[in-house]
Amino acid sequence: MSHTPVETHPVFGRLRWDSIPWSEPIPIVASVIVGAAIVSAIVWAWRAGHFPYLWREWITSVDHKRIGVMYCILALVMLLRGFSDAIMMRAQQAIAMGNGGFLPPHHYDQVFSAHGTIMIFFVAMPFLVGLMNFAVPLQLGIRDVAFPTLNSVSFWLTASGALLVNISLVIGEFAKTGWVVYPPLSELRFSPGVGVDYYLWALQIAGVGTLLSGVNLVTTILKMRAPGMGYTRMPMFCWTSLAANLLIVAAFPILTATLAMLTLDRYLDFHFFTNEAGGNQMMFVNLIWAWGHPEVYILVLPVFGVFSEVVSTFSGKPLFGYRSMILATMGICLLSFIVWLHHFFTMGAGADVNGFFGVATMIIAVPTGVKVFNWLFTMYGGRIRFTTPMLYSIGFMCSFVIGGMTGVLLAVPPADFVLHNSLFLVAHFHNIVIPAVLFGAFAGYEYWFPKAFGFRLHDGWGRASFWFWITGFYAAFMPLYILGLQGMTRRLNHYDVPEWQPWLLVAAGGALLIACGIACQLIQLFVSIRDRESLVDETGDPWDGRSLEWITTSPPPIFNFAVLPNVEHEEAYWSLKERARETATLSERPDYVDIEMPRNSPTGIVTAFFASLMGFALIWHIWWLVGLGFLGAWATFVIFAWRDEAEYEIHADEVERRDRERREAKARLLKIDDTPGEAMA
Amino acid sequence: MRLPTQLIRTLDQRRGVAAVLLALVLLPGCHPGVLDPVGPVGQGQRTILLNSLVIMLGIVVPTIVAVIGFAWWFRAGNGRAEYKPDWSYSGRVELLVWSVPLLIVIFLAGIAWIGSHDLDPPRPLASKQPPLRVEVVSLDWKWVFIYPDQGVATINRLVIPTGRPVSFRITSGTVMNSFFVPRLGSQIYAMSGMATRLNLQADRPGRYRGISAHYSGAGFADMHFVVDAVAPQRFAGWAAQARASGGPALDAAAYVRLARTSATSPVVTFSAVRPGLFDAAVRDAGTILVAAEKSGRQQP
Repeated sequence: MSHTPVETHPVFGRLRWDSIPWSEPIPIVASVIVGAAIVSAIVWAWRAGHFPYLWREWITSVDHKRIGVMYCILALVMLLRGFSDAIMMRAQQAIAMGNGGFLPPHHYDQVFSAHGTIMIFFVAMPFLVGLMNFAVPLQLGIRDVAFPTLNSVSFWLTASGALLVNISLVIGEFAKTGWVVYPPLSELRFSPGVGVDYYLWALQIAGVGTLLSGVNLVTTILKMRAPGMGYTRMPMFCWTSLAANLLIVAAFPILTATLAMLTLDRYLDFHFFTNEAGGNQMMFVNLIWAWGHPEVYILVLPVFGVFSEVVSTFSGKPLFGYRSMILATMGICLLSFIVWLHHFFTMGAGADVNGFFGVATMIIAVPTGVKVFNWLFTMYGGRIRFTTPMLYSIGFMCSFVIGGMTGVLLAVPPADFVLHNSLFLVAHFHNIVIPAVLFGAFAGYEYWFPKAFGFRLHDGWGRASFWFWITGFYAAFMPLYILGLQGMTRRLNHYDVPEWQPWLLVAAGGALLIACGIACQLIQLFVSIRDRESLVDETGDPWDGRSLEWITTSPPPIFNFAVLPNVEHEEAYWSLKERARETATLSERPDYVDIEMPRNSPTGIVTAFFASLMGFALIWHIWWLVGLGFLGAWATFVIFAWRDEAEYEIHADEVERRDRERREAKARLLKIDDTPGEAMA
Repeated sequence: MRLPTQLIRTLDQRRGVAAVLLALVLLPGCHPGVLDPVGPVGQGQRTILLNSLVIMLGIVVPTIVAVIGFAWWFRAGNGRAEYKPDWSYSGRVELLVWSVPLLIVIFLAGIAWIGSHDLDPPRPLASKQPPLRVEVVSLDWKWVFIYPDQGVATINRLVIPTGRPVSFRITSGTVMNSFFVPRLGSQIYAMSGMATRLNLQADRPGRYRGISAHYSGAGFADMHFVVDAVAPQRFAGWAAQARASGGPALDAAAYVRLARTSATSPVVTFSAVRPGLFDAAVRDAGTILVAAEKSGRQQP
C-alpha cells in the first residue's frame, strides 16, 4: 500500500497522457464513434449553413418551448448512453458465472455507477423538466416562464453536467462507488482517482441548473396564470409540476450541501464522513437520502400529471376526483420528506425508529393508491382511444401497482432485513422507474410532440415500441425479484451459484427486447419526420384535448397566445369548445395589442461553457483554469445583468395575422363559419 | 370491512402462504434463499413477507383486472358501453378509493410495527441456552469471525452450533459492508467506528452461504463466506481442536497484515486471538492504517 503523492503540474494539473485509458477497447471505441458522429454533425450543420439558425433559434433561445424540447433531446441522447451501460451490466452478469465475464471490476463498477447517475440525473430529470418547461406555460395560458433567460441558463448547466459525465468515459474514469457515492468508499483513501470528483462536479453544476429551474417553475405556477385560472382550475399536470418543483427547491440544496461536504473531505482534508478523526459515514447516508427520497417523488409526480392528462383526454372525460387528486399530490409531496430512513433500516437504528419510518412509508401508499383508483374511474364511462400515449398509461397502471406492492413490502422492516440491497430491491425500483417515470415521459413525448412540431409521431412504430418496452421490462426485471429472494445481492461482478444463471440470461434477453423498443422509437422519429406532410396537425388540437395548450396552433407562435385566454372552468379549453359547438360561434374577436417578448440571449450557453471549464479544471486540479472558468461565468452574469434591452415587440398587426390563421383552423375543426363580417355574434 | 379478519383466519391456516410458497419454490432453477430459512429469525421474516404479500395481492390483482377490464369495455368501438362524458365525481366512490388503501395500510402498519419490535436485530432470541458470542469484522474483502469465549478466530468461515442463539457484534475495519446469511435472516451493516448487534439462530445443520450485502469496492463479488451450522457437541469439538491445532494466532500484527491485504482470503482458523481485538477495531474506526499511509489502497 505505497502511497505516492500525486504531482500537480502548473499547466495541466493532474492531467497526464496516461489519464486516457488507451488499453481499454470499450470506452475508446465508443468515444471514437460518438466523437466522430458529433464532429460530422457539426461539420454538416456548418457546411449546410444551419449554424446561424441553430445559434439564433435554438442555442440562444429563451423560449420555454424550445428549451423544453432541448431538455428532452438531451434526455433521449443520454438514455442511449445509460442504456448501453445497462446492456453491458446484463451481459456481464449473464456470462460471469464461475468466471470473470468480460468486464473487470474496475470497469464494471464504473458502468453501474454511471448507469444510475445518468439515468436519474441526465435522463429522467431533464426529460421531466423538459416536459414541464414545454407544457406548463401553455397549460397555464401564459407566454413564457417567469425568468426566461434563467431557464436557458438552467438547461445549459444541466447539459454541462452531462458533458462532464461523458468526458469521464475517455479522460480519467468515473466513480466506482455506486450512484449515491456512500463514504467512506468515496473518500480519497478508498477512491483516490478522479471518478468521484467527476461525479461531484457534474452533479453540482447540473444541480445548480435543476435548482434554478425549480425556482423558475414554482414562480411561474404561483404567480403567472392566465386570467381566471385559480388554483383549482389548473390542469393536473400543473399541480403535479408545482409539487415536484416545490420538492426540488426544498430538497436539492440538501444534495448540494452533502456533496459539498464530501468535496471538502476529498479536496481539503476535512473529516465529515471519513473513518478517521471522528467522521461519520452515516451522516452522509442520512443526508443523501433526505434529498434522495424526495427525488423519487420529484421524478414520479410530474409523470402522474402526464398520465392524468393522457387518461382524461383519451377517455374523453374529465379527470375523476380532481380535488381528491390535488389532495393526494400535495399529501405525497409532504410525506416524501419523512420516509428517508427506509433506505437503511439495516443500519440498526432500533425498533421504534424503523417502525416509525416503515409506517410513514406505507402511508404514502394511500394517496398513491387513490391516484391509481381515480385514473381507473376516469376510464369508467369513457370512450377510450388506444393511442400510443394511452397504451403507455394502461401499461403503467398495471405495472405500477406491482412496483408499489413490492415497495410497501420493502417498507416492512423485518422483510427489508432480508431483501435490502438484493436484486429484489433493484427489481422494485426499476418497476417504479420504468413503467412510471419512463413510460410517463414517453407518453408525454408522444402526447405533446404534435404540439411542439406540428405533426404527430407515427402511431404504428409507437405501438411497436410500447410492446417491446413492456415485454422487455417484465422479462428483464421479474427474474430479478426471484433472484433477490434467492439471496443474490446487487452489484456483483461475478458469482458462483449456477442456479442464478438461467434467470440472468432471461433478464439479458429482456434488455435486448428493450433495445428493440428503443430502436422502434428511433425509427418512429425518422419515419415521422419523413412523413410529416401526412402526419400534419393543422388544427392545433390533434387529440380532442381539454386544456389550454390545444387552443393554440401547432407549433404555437413564439408568444403562445395572441390574447391570454380567459379561464372560466376547470377544463379551460374543453368548456370553450363545448360553448363554441353549442352556439356555433367562436369567441368574439379580441382587440389585439403589441406583445413584448424576451430577447434571446447567449447567457446560458456562455455560462455553461465556463462552468464546464471550471468543473473539468477542478476535477484535474488545474487551478488557473478554475479561476478562468469562475471569472468567465461570473462576468457573463454581470454583463447580462447590465443589459439595456431585454425585450422586443411584436406588432399587433402581426399578432392579428397569426391569430386569424389559428381561428380559421379552429373554425374548420369545429365546423363553424368564422368569416369576418358575417360572424354570428 | 371483513377483509382483514377473513385474511387473518386464512393466513393462520397458512393456506394462502403455502400456496404462494409452493409456487415460488417449484419454479425451476431455484437456489434456496430467504424463502427457505433454517432459523427462527428467517422464519419470522418469511411469514411477515408472505403475509404482507398476500394481503396486498388482495387489492393489487383486482386493480389490475379492473384496469384491463375497464379499458377493454369502454373502448371507443364498443357501442354497448355507456358513455358518461361528464361523470367526474362521486362521493361514494371517493370514500371507497380513500378508505380501501387506508384500511389495508393500517393493517400492514400493524404488522410492520409489531414485526419491527419482535424481529429487532439487537433483541435477544428466546432460548434456554445462553447465546454464543461472535464478533465480526469486515475487511477488504473478507470476514473475520472472533469467538471471544472460545478464544479462537476464523476468516471467511463461521461455525455455529445448531439450536443455540448466536449473538453477533459487527463492525468494519474498512468501508461499509453488510453482514448477511440469507437463510438465517436479518442482515445488518458493518460500519467502521460502530458496533452493530444482531441475533440469529440455525436450527438445521448444514452449510449456508454468507455474503456482504453492501457493495464495498473492487473485490466485493468475492467477499462471501461459508456458514457451517453443526451439532453443539461438534461445535465444542471444533473449537477445542482449533485451539489445540497450534495454528497462527490473531494478534495485532496479524490483524494489521490482514487489513492491509486488499484481497479475499481462503478459510483460515486462528488458534488464539488477542483479547479485546474487536473493541480495539471499533475504537480505531478502521483507521489503524491511516497513520502509516495517508491514502491509496493496495491492489491484490
